[in-house]
Amino acid sequence: MIKANSKPLGEVFGFIENCKKVLVLGCGGCATVCQVGGEKEVGVLAQALRLKAGTEGKQIEFLENTVTRQCEPEFVDPVVEGLGDVEAIVSTACGVGVNHLVERGCPVPVFPGVDTVFMGSTLEHGEWAERCAACGQCVLHLTGGICPIARCAKNLLNGPCGGTTEDGMCEISTPENPVPCAWAEIVERMKQLGTLQELGEIQPPKDWSTARDGGPRRRVRADLKLDRQEQKVQS
Amino acid sequence: MKSGSNLEKVLQAGHFALTAELGPPMGPSDEEIKQKMEILRGNADAFNITDCQTAVVRLSSIAAAIMLVQGGMEPVMQMTTRDRNRIAIQADILGAAAFGIKNCLCIAGDHQKFSAAGKLKGHPGAKNVYDVDSIQLVGILKKMRDEGLMEGGDPLDVAPRLFIGAAWTPMAHPLEFRVTRLAKKVAAGADFIQTQGIYDVERFAEIMVEVRNLGLHEKTAILGGVIVPKSAGMLRYMDSSVAGVSVPKALIKRMSAAGEAAGKDKKQARRNQSKEGIKIAVELIEQLRETEGVRGVHLQAIEWERAIPRIVEPAGLLPRPHV
Repeated sequence: MIKANSKPLGEVFGFIENCKKVLVLGCGGCATVCQVGGEKEVGVLAQALRLKAGTEGKQIEFLENTVTRQCEPEFVDPVVEGLGDVEAIVSTACGVGVNHLVERGCPVPVFPGVDTVFMGSTLEHGEWAERCAACGQCVLHLTGGICPIARCAKNLLNGPCGGTTEDGMCEISTPENPVPCAWAEIVERMKQLGTLQELGEIQPPKDWSTARDGGPRRRVRADLKLDRQEQKVQS
Repeated sequence: MKSGSNLEKVLQAGHFALTAELGPPMGPSDEEIKQKMEILRGNADAFNITDCQTAVVRLSSIAAAIMLVQGGMEPVMQMTTRDRNRIAIQADILGAAAFGIKNCLCIAGDHQKFSAAGKLKGHPGAKNVYDVDSIQLVGILKKMRDEGLMEGGDPLDVAPRLFIGAAWTPMAHPLEFRVTRLAKKVAAGADFIQTQGIYDVERFAEIMVEVRNLGLHEKTAILGGVIVPKSAGMLRYMDSSVAGVSVPKALIKRMSAAGEAAGKDKKQARRNQSKEGIKIAVELIEQLRETEGVRGVHLQAIEWERAIPRIVEPAGLLPRPHV
């Protein structure tokens, strides 16, 4: 799922310090799972902002709410419609949530409460790592299920560069931020699977047009789209 | 002849080839390049111009390579895929070819985080490109040269004549994949290979057996890398911190002993170690020359170009052949 880090309190406070009434809006999806922007964290952030406002001598009212997912109209629209005299929103969803609130016609400014960092998995409690770069053309069938696009610092497609250390780490690895060499892992995995010889095949230059390089992406599933008639019937 | 470069001719004539590295300066100093050119002139068949090595900004490899061509010396223009997408790569290759650059070494390049690894600030916040990897880069150049086509398929007005090189780190982890990496580079179209610096020639010779079994040494010209050691400290650093380089303990000891022989005289200790380093480099060249399948050496005296003439002469590599 999507992972994020809390923004520093001072930075968030700076966004809304001149408002009278602010909604801190959490998300029950990824932000909750990575424990950065769910109901609990919204409570903590709102309280911290109240204290900060107090010490700065500002009169700001902070409301709290957490919706099931900020990336879906059905959960976001009621919030946008019921803002009343709220002057700004601090969203603790990933960047998608902030964009989506704006897209759904939010009349007041929406500020990010978190820095969205990557799509990844949980290594252990409190530790996550990037595992997918959403390049739009999955190559995992070629690389033993370990992604060189997301996990190799140079997104190489034809094997490890000369920078792999003796203990299988990437050349950018440091003790503070250990980065295993994805290609060392791919080689090891494919050796286990008995498919190492497949890596002898040359992979041609990748078509990045399906990745972010091709411009902002949109996905349309005609079979899932409701035509206007059906929408009317449903409503 | 694929390119008609001097390096290609020397190899084709069956000579033991010799390339040496010339690192461009961190400023627009043509004087510094000219000085280095005069130190190196006549001491190798072609001279590698590094492309912002360790991701530190330097005068561009293409510009320095043009200076060499204009000065009557042959460059091996190094090109990383770190800083250019396939559009810039091909544009630069055409520009280079128009200026008479015929050799290009295709590499991925050090990651930009490397640039801040030493004393320099570098640009660790830079965005990298890596649109293609080094093997794909080799393939792009081959397609331009042999098919007269750009990577995207458009025809070129004139195909560039190129002698295509690639790097190889035979002793880096994961070891079992390194010969496959070489085979892929050869299959992609690498005419010559320059290896990472080799100090442990015995281990390298074992890997070369595998290379010969696959016949790779006949499909490409492998030049063994020699990084001229300057001090025991440098050897220890290379051994512990440079991926794919292992230095036998005996060499480190030998270098330490040379330094210690000077007693407390630090200047003399440095001189002794430099001398010993040059001797070691000469010996490494001789050992690589005896390794079957090795068709030349690539000499790197990092920020110490003056060492090159002092090595190639006693190594019996002078004069360089006129072909």
